[in-house]
Amino acid sequence: MELQAVLMAAGGGSRMTDLTYNTPKAMLPVGNKPLIWYPLNLLERVGFEEVIIITTKEVQKMMSMDPKIKVDVKMKLDVVCIQEDGDMGTADALRHIQQKIKTDILVVSCDLITDVALHEVVDLFRAHNATLAMLMSKAHEFTETVPGQKGKKKTAEQRDFVGVDQSGQRLLFMANEADLEDGLSLRKSVIRKHPRMHIRTGLVDAHLYCLKKAVVDFLSENKSISSIRGELLPYLVRKQFSKTANYEKIKDDCEDQTQKKSSTDDEVVISSRDESLLQRAQELSCWNDHRGDMSEAYHGGKLRCYVHIMEQGLCCRVNTLAAYIEANRLAPKLFEEPAVHPSSVISERCQMGSDSIIGALCQVADKTSIKRSTIGNSTTVKEKVKIANSIIMHGVAIEEGCNIQGSVICSNAVIGRGADLKYCLVGSGQWIEPEELAVCVCIYMCVCVSH
Amino acid sequence: MADSGVTDGPGKKGEIERVKNEGKELSKEEKQRLRKEKKQQKKSKEKKDDKESEKEKKPGGSTATVPQAQPSTQKAPPAVPAPVSNSVPASEVAVATEKPTKSKAELKAERRARQDAERATKQTKKGEPGQQGATGKPKAPPSELLPVVKRLSEHVQVDDPDVLKKLAKKLERQQIPLRSDYGYKVSLFSHLHQYSRKAPPTQQLSIPSTVIHPAIVRLGLQYSQGIVAGSNARSVALLHAFKQVIRDYTTPPNEELSRDLVNKLKPYISFLNQCRPLSASMGNAIKYIKKEISNIPSQCKEEEAKNKLLTSIEWYIKEKIILAATAIAHSSIEKISDGDVILVYGCSSLVNHILCEAYDKQRKFRVIVVDSRPRLEGREALRRLVQKGISCTYVLISAVSYILPEVSKVFLGAHALLANGYVMSRVGTSQIALVAKAFNVPVLVCCETYKFCERVQTDSFVSNELDDPDDLIVTRKGKTQLAGWQQVASLGLLNLVYDVTPPDFVDLVITDLGMIPCTSVPVVLRVKNVDQ
Repeated sequence: MELQAVLMAAGGGSRMTDLTYNTPKAMLPVGNKPLIWYPLNLLERVGFEEVIIITTKEVQKMMSMDPKIKVDVKMKLDVVCIQEDGDMGTADALRHIQQKIKTDILVVSCDLITDVALHEVVDLFRAHNATLAMLMSKAHEFTETVPGQKGKKKTAEQRDFVGVDQSGQRLLFMANEADLEDGLSLRKSVIRKHPRMHIRTGLVDAHLYCLKKAVVDFLSENKSISSIRGELLPYLVRKQFSKTANYEKIKDDCEDQTQKKSSTDDEVVISSRDESLLQRAQELSCWNDHRGDMSEAYHGGKLRCYVHIMEQGLCCRVNTLAAYIEANRLAPKLFEEPAVHPSSVISERCQMGSDSIIGALCQVADKTSIKRSTIGNSTTVKEKVKIANSIIMHGVAIEEGCNIQGSVICSNAVIGRGADLKYCLVGSGQWIEPEELAVCVCIYMCVCVSH
Repeated sequence: MADSGVTDGPGKKGEIERVKNEGKELSKEEKQRLRKEKKQQKKSKEKKDDKESEKEKKPGGSTATVPQAQPSTQKAPPAVPAPVSNSVPASEVAVATEKPTKSKAELKAERRARQDAERATKQTKKGEPGQQGATGKPKAPPSELLPVVKRLSEHVQVDDPDVLKKLAKKLERQQIPLRSDYGYKVSLFSHLHQYSRKAPPTQQLSIPSTVIHPAIVRLGLQYSQGIVAGSNARSVALLHAFKQVIRDYTTPPNEELSRDLVNKLKPYISFLNQCRPLSASMGNAIKYIKKEISNIPSQCKEEEAKNKLLTSIEWYIKEKIILAATAIAHSSIEKISDGDVILVYGCSSLVNHILCEAYDKQRKFRVIVVDSRPRLEGREALRRLVQKGISCTYVLISAVSYILPEVSKVFLGAHALLANGYVMSRVGTSQIALVAKAFNVPVLVCCETYKFCERVQTDSFVSNELDDPDDLIVTRKGKTQLAGWQQVASLGLLNLVYDVTPPDFVDLVITDLGMIPCTSVPVVLRVKNVDQ
């Protein structure tokens, strides 16, 4: 077996608590499908037959009841439940399932929506015998106003500095602004080996990693690492150029206790059987990944990290409210599905824009106008309602004469007659009074604003 | 007489001419045997023709001179390129392989029919094709001691849609994605595949690849991206991957390891062929492994059999590649004297090894490394030699005639040595050999015996490899002149990989069996065959 897929779905959605206080992040509807369906669909399309899902009990229950997942997803899902308290980082989770892991792994996060050709990432992993191969994408600015926020308040996002070599594939440097005190320092050993480095800041980490099995074994020995993105990745990137990386070559052929000992000294041991033969093939080959200096291919290093940077295409991580709204607009374009679910009843005098999608078992009455919006399953929309740029989740009832713009209405909410909501976020199960006017407000926990 | 593809009717004249061209002698007994076989074939043809006439659509006479299977004649591939050398056998693409004799006769008939317009419409007689077909056409099938039916491999018949269809069907059966050709192909080379590096062979493979073993997928990717390049490196990497495959193999119930494992390897080999056409050395290595696998006795236990195979692979690498390199280095060092100026071309692992060994043995010489675009492999050779401490000069191939007056010897590596003494090597080698000959500089080719190949070629057109044409595009000072080459209708980019050097330009071939002249290659091959 070549790769095992691991889907991390235990995250709490800490950056969009407005949406996730009631529904776990993995089950938030995006384009009328649960968020976790997108990475599962990606894995299934590419050819995986089994996925290990690390999640909470709540998500597991919801997944088993969700029709989309039960019917559409043909893969075998091996669900591993962990505690919900949120202390377990992604690396801790990998340590937890170490027994199940028999080969190299592909770690995906549940909030990734992308149409990347996955073979581009995996090919880097295969061809260069890399320890890590990851996916990144150019970040796009979010242009939509985020409901519930007054004005365009830009939270100070910590930038990520990613250094790649000339070919744009080898990962040389990775640091977050938060970790850098007063400047960005580069090690001389890196610059000596790769004198030309491109440092990019506008990249989004897709949280899709191919990791060698040796890394998982290393994690089980080093219990101090708890997050893949925050700790493991920078460690691996740094270790590519450490002096001991060349030390590995000498110890290569012996597969005995001495190597195990070195692994406890913070070493990721990369070796395989017939390593000497592989080494010989590389020596005989007239290929080098760089030129200009006297060293052999890969500078003799065994640990290599690669990154595939997507320039075009959709790659979106749904971890903030703005990203969620963006995803709702872009995700339906990925699939050729009818905008209106066949089981819904839409009256003829409803004006529906081409960008909108309507879920199953909906009822939309006359004289409604739905533009650039997503309407969830089992929603009823009465007459003379105007919905623009909004996301309506499942089971919502919207009475007549409402005007909803740029808002997010969570599941099972009821919007009273004649309510006027602009850029609002209505929490789950809320009831908006009739004739209510609300602008840029988050409505949850039974807070009513009447005019 | 299903096996006598050779004696399907060429007359004595044709036989002798053919044989002369191959440099062998026909003994009287052989001639008699051929005569007998011809007679027997005529009889068997009659029988087959009777059967065929029932299936025949054409209403032609069903008497003794039964028509050849016309549909298959028409299906037979059109003009096989004229400069094809002798032993490239008549292709029998669309014809069933149970009737090889018939197909060869049909092809000859077709050829005559083209020459003779009237005859094309009439039914041709059995006997005639044989005698008259041998009008010295250079396409006579090979005559060896054992008449073997040889087929043109599909990778030199890409312009024939039937061949492509067959290939597509075969790959579909083996569940391997077909890699499509890319870009405009120069017409002289339109019979070869041309792939793009931007369309990797793994595009349509499932990601945890189940059909093909992961080690083979990795190997195929490394071949197609050029990470493993060079004849020796490719063979060693191939054998390494096969070791992984054998380790992970388990015999399914009711199957024998000796047969099942060979069948398991076939789709892998097709996949590797799709990634990059197999080299001669790889072909020989695969033949060896298949032989070893089929020779495993059926009562052998699986573990034992696998260990046996792994040791035999290790033995092959040790003896044919590593020890051979040592032996060749040992012989070559005698040819290197102090004060020599040695010219090398590109990056040959063997030549680099020889030069490093010679330096270790305290020979005083300097090296001139000749390089060529687009691969620029000479830079890698330069790096390795300079790292060792050898003083080197670096030039591009366009400067070869300027520096040759300084050179005392030329050492060349080889991709394969063909049965008629031609050396197949990186494109540009024949130029170097030619210029060296003009300057009377000795040319020494270093080649291990496992690269000796039974193919025969006299030119570089018939069988070659086309690399990605986009490699030729270079960006200088921000401008890429050839960026839109596909839009220009009259422009084609050609990126050849190999060329053949005639034996007249090569003075000596240094192999692990000793130093032999180029024309002794068939002798070595014959000795090898007898050994095995």
